[in-house]
Amino acid sequence: MALPWRWIALAALAAAPLTGMGGYPLHLMIMTLLWAFVYTGWAIMGRLGMVSLGHGAFLGIGAYTVVMGWNLFHLSPWIGTLVALAGAAVVAVLIGYPCFRFKIVGHYFALVTLALSEVTRLIIVALRDTTGGSLGVTPLTALANARGSLPALQFSSKLVWFYIILAFWLGGLWVWTRVDRSMARLALEAISQEEEAAASVGMNVTRLKLGVTLVSALLTCLGGVLYAQYQLYVNPETVSGIGISLQMVFGAIAGGMFVRLGPTVGAAFTLLLGEGLRLAFGNEIHGLDTTIYGLMLVLFIIFMPKGILGAAQAAWARRRAVAMPRAAARS
Amino acid sequence: MGIFDIFLLEAVVNGLLLGGVLALLALGLNLIFGVIDVVWICYAELVMIGMYAVYYLHNVFGWPLWLAMPLAVVAVALLGAALHQFVIRPVLAAEPINQLLVTGGVLFFLQAVATLAFGVDFRNVGVSLPGLSLGGMHLSFARLIAFGAALASMVGVYLFLTRTFLGTAIRAISQDRAIMPLMGVNANRIFLITSALGGGLAGLASCLLVLQYDIHPAIGLTFGPITFLICVLGGLGNLVGGFIAAFIFAQFISVGGFFLQLEWGYVIAFLFFIAMMFWRPQGILGGK
Repeated sequence: MALPWRWIALAALAAAPLTGMGGYPLHLMIMTLLWAFVYTGWAIMGRLGMVSLGHGAFLGIGAYTVVMGWNLFHLSPWIGTLVALAGAAVVAVLIGYPCFRFKIVGHYFALVTLALSEVTRLIIVALRDTTGGSLGVTPLTALANARGSLPALQFSSKLVWFYIILAFWLGGLWVWTRVDRSMARLALEAISQEEEAAASVGMNVTRLKLGVTLVSALLTCLGGVLYAQYQLYVNPETVSGIGISLQMVFGAIAGGMFVRLGPTVGAAFTLLLGEGLRLAFGNEIHGLDTTIYGLMLVLFIIFMPKGILGAAQAAWARRRAVAMPRAAARS
Repeated sequence: MGIFDIFLLEAVVNGLLLGGVLALLALGLNLIFGVIDVVWICYAELVMIGMYAVYYLHNVFGWPLWLAMPLAVVAVALLGAALHQFVIRPVLAAEPINQLLVTGGVLFFLQAVATLAFGVDFRNVGVSLPGLSLGGMHLSFARLIAFGAALASMVGVYLFLTRTFLGTAIRAISQDRAIMPLMGVNANRIFLITSALGGGLAGLASCLLVLQYDIHPAIGLTFGPITFLICVLGGLGNLVGGFIAAFIFAQFISVGGFFLQLEWGYVIAFLFFIAMMFWRPQGILGGK
């Protein structure tokens, strides 16, 4: 294991688009990395016992704030992003603080946050005169006679987006690692096991939970910004509400939310599965792909609750545990 | 007093009628949560399947409604039992959140199956019931029937739970899931019966909703979130609390929708829910 495999893999990933692959595979890679970034953001708090079904709210705030700011006030998405982050932080605190203060956990936390993501979706739909309602909205284009515009954060080249989103994904993994190695993570794990006991040894439960929630919400909000600027189209159903919120949770769980690359594996798996089924069955038999997708989600949670990467790691650890004593005996 | 006119009164009465159906939906979900300790995120999708069952039996096979509706109830009850047997039972010992999510997977699955089998077209059973004029208010007869049937079935469930041996066993197991098996109660049998009962209530709700709404594969999302919030607001598993919460929610939706738009009615109801969670996280009637 002398070779730095991690860096070789990363270099290969970064070099992959330069091989001149087609637009469609590149698009799939970008979407995988984008959702991997969002799922990783979700898993930062999900793995610590705070299963939020409300992250659609943060995604929606990110996506709609930049697009609305740009379309209505000609506000650069750079500033729009700051506004969106501030908005997401305020919402996260408004929901998180009372939830954690009054010990709303488990099912209750999931359902309160579910209400939050539905509220966001309904507000976007209800403000249809400005947001376009269920039809969605397209940011005014800055690409009319340019290949890209830095102030408008719009680029026609997929290659540019690949590297932008690759950078964000790496950033997301870095944040994940920072949280993973922090004392707060240990404290929060204790809290998720036995909240009263953790509080009794002096842990500030509300503050710790709120901190992680903020990190997670801000990452998800950034994901919403990236989604809107890359797709140049947002729709209340795809960036907020119960559907996308459940999709995030499934993605993270399918890959394994307790491992760093788990949500990434989950994003790749769910995206490729969805696309693969769509290609295999075509659009003629409407619904067959999602039928199989739903069935697989159910089977996954029943038979592989730790996710793909989590299960693989556990199997690897077992093999090593068996192999090690033998190796020791041989020497 | 411009706003306190007959139309507002009509909105209030319509809210009352809507509350009856929402209360029925909440009853089934609450019963399942109270006994099995699992939230069926896909509960409203069972309602959707029931609506399609009524539609197909009545409009495609030409059966009369009085035969199609009970059959739909039975079908959804069986679906509920199957859901417990094949999906919930394997994860009963797993993390609570996995139980919640597995039914979320069923939600996607049932929606997709409905799309696959029935297409995305809006369908209507085409039973038009006469409107009712009462002191200048226009009320829908379908809503009145739904309200009456919902109340009657809730009384029925209440009597079943309090007056029969099986009902007593169900209530006992909801109070102490660990002890009852030691008392000789077959927990899994009770769980199956409860799931069938919950499914049957969903089926009943679908018979009432099919008279008022068009059927399409995503119709469950119209009722699903609101039903969970009602149950939580009333205190998960608290049947009476859910009943009261349903009427509170229905008023928010109906009157809020009257003053603004339908979506704003929902937004206000959901924000009210979030605010209430901070005031009484255990639900309006829940104990600590």
